Amino acid sequence: MMEEKEFSSKAYLDMELLRFTTAGSVDDGKSTLIGRLLYDSKSIFEDQLEAVKKASIKRGNESVDLSLLTDGLRAEREQGITIDVAYRYFATPKRKFIIADTPGHVQYTRNMVTGASTANAAIILIDARNGITEQSHRHTYIASLLQIPHIVVCVNKMDLVNYEEETYEKIKNDFQAFAAKLAVKDVRFVPISALKGDNVVEKSKNMPWYEGGTLMYILENIHISSDHNHIDARFPVQYVIRPQRDEFHDFRGYAGRVAGGTFKVGDKVMVLPSGFTTTVKSIISHTKEFEEAFPPMSVIISLEDDIDISRGDMIVKENNVPDIGQDIDIMMCWMSEKPMRLNGKYALKHTTADARCLIKDVKYKVNVNTLGKILDDKNIGLNEIARISLRTTKPLFYDSYRQNRKTGAIILIDEADNTTVGVGMIV
Amino acid sequence: MKKYNLNHLRELEAESIYVLREVAAQFERPALLFSGGKDSIILVHLSVKAFWPAKIPYPLVHIDTGHNFEETITFRDELCRKLEAQLIVGSVQESIDDGKVVEESGYNASRNLLQTTTLLDTIEKHKFDAAIGGGRRDEEKARAKERFFSHRDEFGQWDPKNQRPELWNIFNGKKIIGEHFRVFPISNWTEMDVWQYIYMENIDIPSLYYTHERDVFLRDGVWLYDAPFMTKKPDEKVERIRVRCRTIGDISCTGLTISMADSLEDIIQEIAATRITERGGRADDMRSEAAMEDRKKEGYF
Ligand SMILES: Nc1nc2c(ncn2[C@@H]2O[C@H](COP(=O)(O)OP(=O)(O)O)[C@@H](O)[C@H]2O)c(=O)[nH]1
Repeated sequence: MMEEKEFSSKAYLDMELLRFTTAGSVDDGKSTLIGRLLYDSKSIFEDQLEAVKKASIKRGNESVDLSLLTDGLRAEREQGITIDVAYRYFATPKRKFIIADTPGHVQYTRNMVTGASTANAAIILIDARNGITEQSHRHTYIASLLQIPHIVVCVNKMDLVNYEEETYEKIKNDFQAFAAKLAVKDVRFVPISALKGDNVVEKSKNMPWYEGGTLMYILENIHISSDHNHIDARFPVQYVIRPQRDEFHDFRGYAGRVAGGTFKVGDKVMVLPSGFTTTVKSIISHTKEFEEAFPPMSVIISLEDDIDISRGDMIVKENNVPDIGQDIDIMMCWMSEKPMRLNGKYALKHTTADARCLIKDVKYKVNVNTLGKILDDKNIGLNEIARISLRTTKPLFYDSYRQNRKTGAIILIDEADNTTVGVGMIV
Repeated sequence: MKKYNLNHLRELEAESIYVLREVAAQFERPALLFSGGKDSIILVHLSVKAFWPAKIPYPLVHIDTGHNFEETITFRDELCRKLEAQLIVGSVQESIDDGKVVEESGYNASRNLLQTTTLLDTIEKHKFDAAIGGGRRDEEKARAKERFFSHRDEFGQWDPKNQRPELWNIFNGKKIIGEHFRVFPISNWTEMDVWQYIYMENIDIPSLYYTHERDVFLRDGVWLYDAPFMTKKPDEKVERIRVRCRTIGDISCTGLTISMADSLEDIIQEIAATRITERGGRADDMRSEAAMEDRKKEGYF
C-alpha cells in the first residue's frame, strides 16, 4: 500500500506471488517479525492497529504488541498462543506475499507440515543468544521433507548480542554443517533484529560487516519461476466438459491444472490408464486460446481423437510417462489424534484420483529432533513422521515427491469419519 | 531458456478455478452463494471461466434479507439472465413470516444475523451439499485460518478446533449424509486483488460501487443509507452527499464511503490510499472483537 505515489495498476498486474512459511520456537520472535513485515510494508490498516492497541491495553501491556495482529481465534487469544495455520497477506511493489504462519512447537508438527506444503520459501528463525537448537533441526527437516525450494535463516535478536559478527558466523557455520545432511537446495542467512528492525526492511547501520540484502530484499528477489517442474508433462484430468449447447455440441474438453512440464497445441500425448495416444487439438480458458500451457495454469484441453477419458485419468507425453503402480513407499506425517492402524485400510487422494489403500508396513520412524531413524517401533501417532509402505486398490500415476510436489503427494482419509488423517510424500 | 511464469492474479485465478472444478466434481448438489457484492460477482466470473463452453453446473443462491439495495436485485437478475444461470432465492422475510426467526428491533436492528437461519433452511430444502462463498482470509482475523473446503456438521456449525488439514491442492470433500461444506475459492485474494482483477478482466459491477448521491446519516462514525425501514435516533440528521459502497450487503449494516470515484481506476487509487479495512465499515463486526467468529460458528457465511 503506497500513499505518496500514484498507484500503478500496470506494475500491480506484473507482480509475482511468493508463498512462505515462518517457523520458530516460542519466543524466538516470529510474531514480532511478521508484525514488522506487515507494519513496515504498510499492510496494517488503522482499524486493525486500533484493535490491537485496545487489546494490548486490555491485557495490561505497556506498548502496542504487534504480535497480536497475527493471532486468530478466540480460544487461542485467551491462552495467548497461536495454533493451527493462519494465512497473512501483504504486498510490496514487486511481489505479493502469502505467509503461512504456523506454531513451532513439536505438538504442532502437523501444522508446520500443512503450511510447508504450498510454500516457495521458509523463514527459519534462530535466537542469536541460543544458537541452533533441537527445534531449528526440526523446522529445517520439515522444510526439506516438504521440499520447500528456498530457506532463509534469520538470526534474530542480534541487538542482544551486540550485533557481533562472530555470533552470526558461528550460527551460520553450524547450520550449514547440519543442512548438508538434508536435501535443501538454496539456503540464505540474514542477521536481524525483528524488534528494532535491523535488516528486516531497512538495512542495518549496526551491522556494517553484513554485505547481503535485507530479509525483504531476499523475499522480493528469490528466483521462483523455476520452482515448478517444467520438464515432465503431467495433466491430471479434473473434470470433463461436455456443453449442452447447440453451438458447441461436439465439443469435448478436459479441464485441469497443469501439474508439470508443458503442453502445446499439436503435441503428441498419451492418456493414462488407457495408453491411447492422440494429439492436442486446442488449449483454452473461456474465450482465450493458448499455444502452450504450463504449471500452475488451469485450462481445458481438447484432443484430436475421441477417447474415453474421465476424472482421475492423466494426460502425459508418450516418451515421458510417470511411474505406474500399486506398491508405493511414502514419507508420511500422521495428522490425527487416533493412531495409525498398521494393516488398516484408508481412503486415498492423489492428484484428482481417488483410491483406497492398505498400510502394509512401517519401515522406520523419524525422531524429528535428532533426525535419527527408529527401527523397532511401528506405532505411529499424531505428529509423527515415518516411512510407510502402501498397497493401493488401483494403480496410481505418480512421480517421486522430490521430482514433482503435485504428482508426488497423497492424503489418507479415515473412512469412518472422513477426516484427513495422514499426508504422504512419495519416495 | 524460455520463462514460464504467471503473474500473481493469474496464479490466484488458476487456483480458484481449480477449486471450483473440484466442487463440481466432488459434490452432488453444489450451489454458489450470491450476495450481489464484488466477491460473489468474481465467483460467478470464475465459474464461467472454469466450465466454458459448458454452462455453470450449479445454481446461484441469493439469501435476500428484504433490505437489499434495489440495484443489487436488478444486477442479480440481469446477470442470471445473461448467463442462463439458475437462481434460487431464500427469503428472510419468509423466515420472519413463518415465525422461524424474530425481527430485531431498536436502533441497531439488522436482518444480517437472521440470514443464518434462512441460509441453513435453504441449504436443507434444496439438499445442497456444498455452498460456495466469497469469503477471503484477509477480511477478518477469524477467517485467516479458514480452509478452502470448510466442513460443517449436520447443524451447519463450524468447529474451528476441528478443521481438516488441507495440504497442497488436494481437497477432501468426503462427508456423511446431512453434513455439508462451505467452499471459499478466493480465500487467498486480498481486496486489492479483487479490484485489480475486476479491472483486468473488465467485469461488470453494480453502480453502487461508484460515486452517487444518496440520503445518508452518520452513526458511530459510519455512514448508513436512510432507507425507509431504518430507525434513526433523534440526533441523527439526514444529509444528501456523494458516497459509494466499498462492500455491498444488507442495507442496515453496509457502511458507505464518502467518495468521488466514478471509474475502476479511481476506486483502485482510493483503495491504495485507504487506511481502514473494508470490514471496518461493517456495523455487524463492530459489536465485539470476536463477533465474526461467533457468527461463523453458528453457520454464518
Ligand atoms: N531484543 C529483542 N527482542 C526481541 C526481538 N524479536 C522479538 N523480541 C522479543 O522476544 C519476545 C518474544 O517475541 P514474539 O514475537 O512474541 O515471539 P514468538 O513466540 O516467536 O512469536 C518478545 O518479548 C519480543 O519483544 C529482537 O530482535 N530483539
